Amino acid sequence: MTLLDPTWTALLYLAAAACFILALKGLSSPKTARRGNLIGAFGALLAVVTVFLSVKLDNIPWILGAIVVGSGIAAPVARRVQMTQMPQLVALFNGVGGGAAALVALLELPHTDDPWVRLAIVFTLLVGAVSFAGSAVTFAKLQGLMTTRPVTFPGLPVLMALVLLAAVAVGVVVILGGSMALAVVLLVLGLVAGVLLVLPVGGADVPIVISLLNAFTGLAVAASGLVLGNVLLLVAGTLVGASGTILTRAMAAAMGRSVAGIMFGAFKGGSTAGSTAVSERPVRSSSAEDVAVLLGYAQRVIIVPGYGLAVAQGQHTAAELASALESRGTEVDFAIHPVAGRMPGHMNVLLAEANVPYESLKEMGDINSEFKTADVALVVGANDVVNPAAKTTAGSPIYGMPILEVADARQVVFLKRSMRPGFAGIENDLLYEPQTTLLFGDAKDSLTKVLGAVKAL
Amino acid sequence: MDGMSLLTITVLAVFVGFEVVSKVSSTLHTPLMSGANAIHGIILVGAIIVAGQASDPWVLAVALLAVVLATANLVGGFVVTDRMLEMFRGRQRPPSGTDAAGSAGRSGSGGAGERRP
Repeated sequence: MTLLDPTWTALLYLAAAACFILALKGLSSPKTARRGNLIGAFGALLAVVTVFLSVKLDNIPWILGAIVVGSGIAAPVARRVQMTQMPQLVALFNGVGGGAAALVALLELPHTDDPWVRLAIVFTLLVGAVSFAGSAVTFAKLQGLMTTRPVTFPGLPVLMALVLLAAVAVGVVVILGGSMALAVVLLVLGLVAGVLLVLPVGGADVPIVISLLNAFTGLAVAASGLVLGNVLLLVAGTLVGASGTILTRAMAAAMGRSVAGIMFGAFKGGSTAGSTAVSERPVRSSSAEDVAVLLGYAQRVIIVPGYGLAVAQGQHTAAELASALESRGTEVDFAIHPVAGRMPGHMNVLLAEANVPYESLKEMGDINSEFKTADVALVVGANDVVNPAAKTTAGSPIYGMPILEVADARQVVFLKRSMRPGFAGIENDLLYEPQTTLLFGDAKDSLTKVLGAVKAL
Repeated sequence: MDGMSLLTITVLAVFVGFEVVSKVSSTLHTPLMSGANAIHGIILVGAIIVAGQASDPWVLAVALLAVVLATANLVGGFVVTDRMLEMFRGRQRPPSGTDAAGSAGRSGSGGAGERRP
């Protein structure tokens, strides 16, 4: 017994698809972003209600139970996660979506004889599995469960090629014969390919890979729409695949990279100049009091916040320091690199959370020419986004990435936890320059000490 | 639906997808990625259909796993995106005119509801 006839079903799915288009449209402009997201959620709810009313379903209590379990796991995690851990959570949610698409395709295999539908199944299986495993690796990298540096080994390109060839061969056999056992083999090959694809990607490129895998999952969902003859899945998946591709390219462009370079750069070998070895060169470190004097008598200070600031939850202290300096007549700005934090736009989100006034947040393009006029550039927990190697050292993993030109300031103060290199795993020569002073310690502790010393001046 | 109609719909959806996010500012890259992520959680519809047609207990188990995963993607994705966008509210002072494109856009983001006359 179904309540809705096919025409109503199609209309409701069409409405849901329209909601998704409006959601993406809304999310691309700050004015409408939140409303857009809510429209998308409404569309999803509409679609789920529609499927219950329009298809004859068994096992409904089980299905509802599974939905409750899924929401019960995801919603609290999504509610409680710290803003700094957002990127890995996005990776995780993307991965489980890809996994779901692969499983749906696998279960549909016995229900079809059509080789075209089997082709779509094979595609969904492979891409969904790649997305699932790849996202799991990006999650591990961002969560600090494994190194964020590119992981390569000599046979990697050969192994990757063999896995892909095997996947194509097995895929063809599945399309021709519909063997369930071989489909499972294909799933495993997809998982291996996903791991191999993401292992060689390191450092600041990881978020771009999340976006790419996001687009992959979209394509897998679109193909599963073909398998199930469901136009909504087809449209929603295609939308995400297409918009995700554009977004991936935009993110790569913001970092001065090409997507192909990110995915396959490490394959070429010799391109990863990164090293975790800490150099023996001398640096100048200083006390909070000295830094306070430097800042307190400067006319213009530019604060460069990075991931370290966010992790230490030091945003409020940084804002307080800025206003303490301003009350002494110092001009203070925050310089925001587009990929400060872990993802494009991440730092804006974090600082907005801390209520740092937007008027003192300057985008990279606006502030770069102003470093020349700054007496002190105060770098708090950032490293890669100010590393001049991005401009000078061809072959460095961050070469070509636009940076904040902190080196132009008369004095540079780094608040750092240790001499350990940043996310990209490369040394920053700026740390050894004569105009540079380092203050070691947790970003928040250091800021608190400096703030106290400034107030005491 | 016949193959030609499906192909037509797919191609049109590709163009719409390219078009709607063609000029997005880097400020919104993360929320947009997360929002798109939530949308492909609609694979839940497919997972429900597969689970609703399962008779073999193993097939049902795998299908229910797919339902759990898809729900996590869908619900978690929308919630996390909303939380990110929530952060754009509650700014204390409106941005000054000197702060160019990026913040000019931001000024509207949550401002409409939040700013008091």
